[in-house]
Amino acid sequence: MPDVQSTVVEFVNKLRKRKIEGSQATAKYTVELLRSVISHQRVPHANQAAALIDAVKAVGEQLIAANPVELAVGNVVRRVLHIIREEDLSLTTAAMGGLDLLDASDDDDVDNCKGIGFPAMSAAVVAAAARSTLRPPSLQTLLEGTPESATVPYTSSSGADSESKTADKSSLTRKLKHDVIEGVNQLIQEIAGCHEQIAEQAIEHIHQNEVILTLGSSRTVLEFLCAAKEKKRSFRVFVAEGAPRYQGHLLAKELVARGLQTTVITDSAVFAMISRVNMVIIGAHAVMANGGVIGPVGVNMAALAAQKHAVPFVVLAGSHKLCPLYPHNPEVLLNELRSPSELLDFGEFSDCLDFGAGSGSLQVVNPTFDYVPPNLVSLFITDTGGHNPSYMYRLIADYYSADDLVM
Amino acid sequence: MGAQKKGGAAARVSEDAEVQSRHRLQAILLADSFATKFRPVTLERPKVLLPIVNVPMIDYTLAWLESAGIEEVFVFCCAHSMQVIEYLEKSEWYSHPNLLVRTIESHKSISAGDALRYMYEQQTETSQIQGDFVLVSGDTVSNMPLADLIQEHRERKKKDEKAIMTMVIKQSKSSPLTHQSRLGTDQLFIAVDPLTKQLLHYEEDKIDHPSGSVCLEKSLLDTNPSVLVCNDMQDCYIDICSPEVLSLFEDNFDYQHLRRHFVKGVLVDDIMGYKIFTHEIHSSYAGRIDNFRSYDTVSKDIIQRWTYPYVPDINFSGNRPLKLGRQGIYKASDVVQSRSADVGASTVIGYGTKIGHGDKIMNSVIGNGCSIGSDVVIEGSYIWNNVTIEDGCEIRNAIVCDGVKIRAGAVLQPGVVLSFNVVVGRDFVVPAYSKVSLLQQPTTEDSDEELEYADSSSGTADHLSGLNLQMESKASELGPDGAGYIWEVCEGAHDEEWKHSVAPIPKDKLSEITQAIDDDDTDDESVVPTSGELKSDADSINTDVNDPNDDYYYFEKEVEGTVLRAVEENIKVDLVTMEINGLRLSFNMESADCAGATFFSMIKLALDTPHNSGSELYKNAASIITKWKDLLGFYAKKIDEQIEVIMKFEEMCQESPKELGPLFTQILHLLYDKDVLQEDAILRWEEEKAGADEADKVYLKQCDTFIQWLKEASEEEDEDDEDEEEEDN
Repeated sequence: MPDVQSTVVEFVNKLRKRKIEGSQATAKYTVELLRSVISHQRVPHANQAAALIDAVKAVGEQLIAANPVELAVGNVVRRVLHIIREEDLSLTTAAMGGLDLLDASDDDDVDNCKGIGFPAMSAAVVAAAARSTLRPPSLQTLLEGTPESATVPYTSSSGADSESKTADKSSLTRKLKHDVIEGVNQLIQEIAGCHEQIAEQAIEHIHQNEVILTLGSSRTVLEFLCAAKEKKRSFRVFVAEGAPRYQGHLLAKELVARGLQTTVITDSAVFAMISRVNMVIIGAHAVMANGGVIGPVGVNMAALAAQKHAVPFVVLAGSHKLCPLYPHNPEVLLNELRSPSELLDFGEFSDCLDFGAGSGSLQVVNPTFDYVPPNLVSLFITDTGGHNPSYMYRLIADYYSADDLVM
Repeated sequence: MGAQKKGGAAARVSEDAEVQSRHRLQAILLADSFATKFRPVTLERPKVLLPIVNVPMIDYTLAWLESAGIEEVFVFCCAHSMQVIEYLEKSEWYSHPNLLVRTIESHKSISAGDALRYMYEQQTETSQIQGDFVLVSGDTVSNMPLADLIQEHRERKKKDEKAIMTMVIKQSKSSPLTHQSRLGTDQLFIAVDPLTKQLLHYEEDKIDHPSGSVCLEKSLLDTNPSVLVCNDMQDCYIDICSPEVLSLFEDNFDYQHLRRHFVKGVLVDDIMGYKIFTHEIHSSYAGRIDNFRSYDTVSKDIIQRWTYPYVPDINFSGNRPLKLGRQGIYKASDVVQSRSADVGASTVIGYGTKIGHGDKIMNSVIGNGCSIGSDVVIEGSYIWNNVTIEDGCEIRNAIVCDGVKIRAGAVLQPGVVLSFNVVVGRDFVVPAYSKVSLLQQPTTEDSDEELEYADSSSGTADHLSGLNLQMESKASELGPDGAGYIWEVCEGAHDEEWKHSVAPIPKDKLSEITQAIDDDDTDDESVVPTSGELKSDADSINTDVNDPNDDYYYFEKEVEGTVLRAVEENIKVDLVTMEINGLRLSFNMESADCAGATFFSMIKLALDTPHNSGSELYKNAASIITKWKDLLGFYAKKIDEQIEVIMKFEEMCQESPKELGPLFTQILHLLYDKDVLQEDAILRWEEEKAGADEADKVYLKQCDTFIQWLKEASEEEDEDDEDEEEEDN
């Protein structure tokens, strides 16, 4: 536990000092940290799920407070909480169902050796049933939910099955923790693999001889474009440089290294170039529950330009970027003002900043993010496929429990 | 790793370096400024614990060091060391996973030099400092990365053993009017080698000439192909030092100030040949809070987010983050603010503060737990924690410390500093630039800036109780219901007060200076360019270079002083000659120069004594010459020397033709009469002058009759001689 505590403190420090940035990196760190929190957490006999939830919540609150603008942290914490709740639910229902099954198998001992898959199947079915009874069925759960929840309890319950004769509380406890860690591991894989998942769909969206515009730098966008290139699609990319951090320059470098036809333009030239563009693709910092997008500064301008010329505006977002909160919530911090030194050189302007001399002082504002309202977004591409902005709330509801929205 | 490959002595060196680079990164933080600029506030609390934008200064420094990758910090506590240590113990710094904070206590140190000497002594016992270290003071606010810089320093050190320090500088233009940087310090002139970035010259002292002339050693231009002279740099007081720096301080026990003594000492000393390098930062911020002006400036830089991520809405060191709203207003979540209150741009309001009806708050920082009545105006001020401000007060450009009470209707004029727990009486107007404290001003004010409040650390508490009694007996200086003493401003510093105050420079002062500069411009056209590269082969160099003429000028000055003193104190002639002989030797002058200079000083003295007419002046000169003719005679023995005297006299007459001109012949005659000058000398002078321009002959013509008379006299004498000879024969 002490070493977990120290890693928590270290991560909190990094978040506070803004030393770790980018939603994928933070999400990865967070989920790995939470996994070790869970594995080190001692679970009492009664109410194990609550103990885990409390532990995760305690750490999660620290992490969120450390950098409230990095929404991915909160998203991952809520995802982990959701996993704990789900596993707890499926386990209790499975236990109830399992007891009946055990009674049945006691009557018929011969069944026991071949019935390995049987209780697992039933648990999965029960879990799926429980989910669908708890909330109205969605297309997502129907399509995705069943196979996923079938695999998770399968591996776990098969381990438990060897000692299922005495399904006492201690094994149940270990089972819950084990299941949760399994679930978290899946989440880790999902976050790590989201680029590939999204990139796989590239071929469906980018067509031959198209012109794509992007702004700033995003790893997702890079992978997406490269995936299309690998499939022998030939197209051109315009990269708006993304002042004042000019991350577009980095993206352009990468793209050229991978053999794409790349043109760098200034942010202010976006409107001039948009008429030649077939599609705008950007990476999001976060996607809010209403389908609004938080992206690098300047994105809203690009979205408005795209709308004016009826160019599709496509947003790429891994599932860890889906935020269950609404942007009009005053508690949600959507933007951060960074140092003015990114805009201009302190030394050159130091005479404009001389407060003592009484001359008017220069103010510099350097916001990091921009908000794009949902009506400007044509399509979201997540690791589960393409979605309409109005559908985002539904997608998000699958990933999070309503209990965790307010931490 | 790389060390094993090399052999012999070189291997040892690089091994050492290798060991060094594996050492943890260390820093020495001086938790004492060794200055009195923040008095009276620092009498009660150490400067590093004073809040800047509601967070103690030391937290900014530690947070920055920690995030820059420093692993161990030695906090050197001096004044109020207990308070610093207590604070650190309570804060999260003592238990920080990445940063080991150790405190070192010493009450004897009264300067940065002493502190480093103390570190050196400790060092010999415990060897805590293992390699290169960062030297900063606890009032630095910065966000610059250090790791690369330390690496750069180490590599340079590996190549050049003598590169012992790297100094961080930052471009910051100083005001053309006041010659003051935006941090309130005097303009800094530095000369740097543009290629190696070696520091060649450092001058921070006040530059008296408005045109700003700087003296550079001529040898600098000989040894360096090009020199970059800048006056738009700001010294950040962040130094990367090698261990040699500590031993240098130990060797030179008179080094007190890091810049004034140490840096200058190293630059001047060419025996050891140590070198200092500079590193200019561009994108990151660094500033040191040295006086109230820089307190104001750095606070505003923090609010403007130049110090990101050390800004009020980020929890960087255990501070409670505030919420940033529109227009740069940082507000705590639990502030109780009346609807009619007007909170303007760039304002910070801390936790638990109440703001009443109709208040106007602009450009200010308000701490935690303050209560502000209604219709209060606060502008450009810094209100610390738990301050009570009653209805209708007006506070402009002031600093108000913890626990102060300002009663209804009181007014603080610009530049006021109220120290802890002061009470300002009802409707009292605190005059501009006054400093108010519950403690009385120390009567024995030490004029030396280096000597600090070392003694105040111990006796403050007893002091306070004693003073409280006094205060009750004495009617307060802050109105009938007030409490506190208004400190008197030292005589010399009075007109300087506006320079270092929190208040912006008053308009009338600015126009005054502008006026003064305009006047100057008419007769003085040389203006130093802001920054430029001086090539050594350039013909015109804007700087004064030591040449023989200059030497003579100083010599003359010295002689003048000596003669003046001799006249005033009536010193014996032989003693004066001895002194002048000493000067002659030290300036490497000829005896003729002495004669000239002595005569010059005597006439100067005569000119300086008040006189109404030419005859009076003559009388003065005559009396002085009569009295000191032996002195003059001592040097003007030979004909050449006597001619030098006459030439000098002529020169002086040309300089002040109205006063001295008419007296030329008279005084020449006098000198002849007093046997100072021989007729040969005068005649030789006449011969020399015969070939000169007409303009130069003015005085020759004036004394034409005298010379004629001399010639005749000599002829007569000759004749007499001849006669005598004849007679003899």
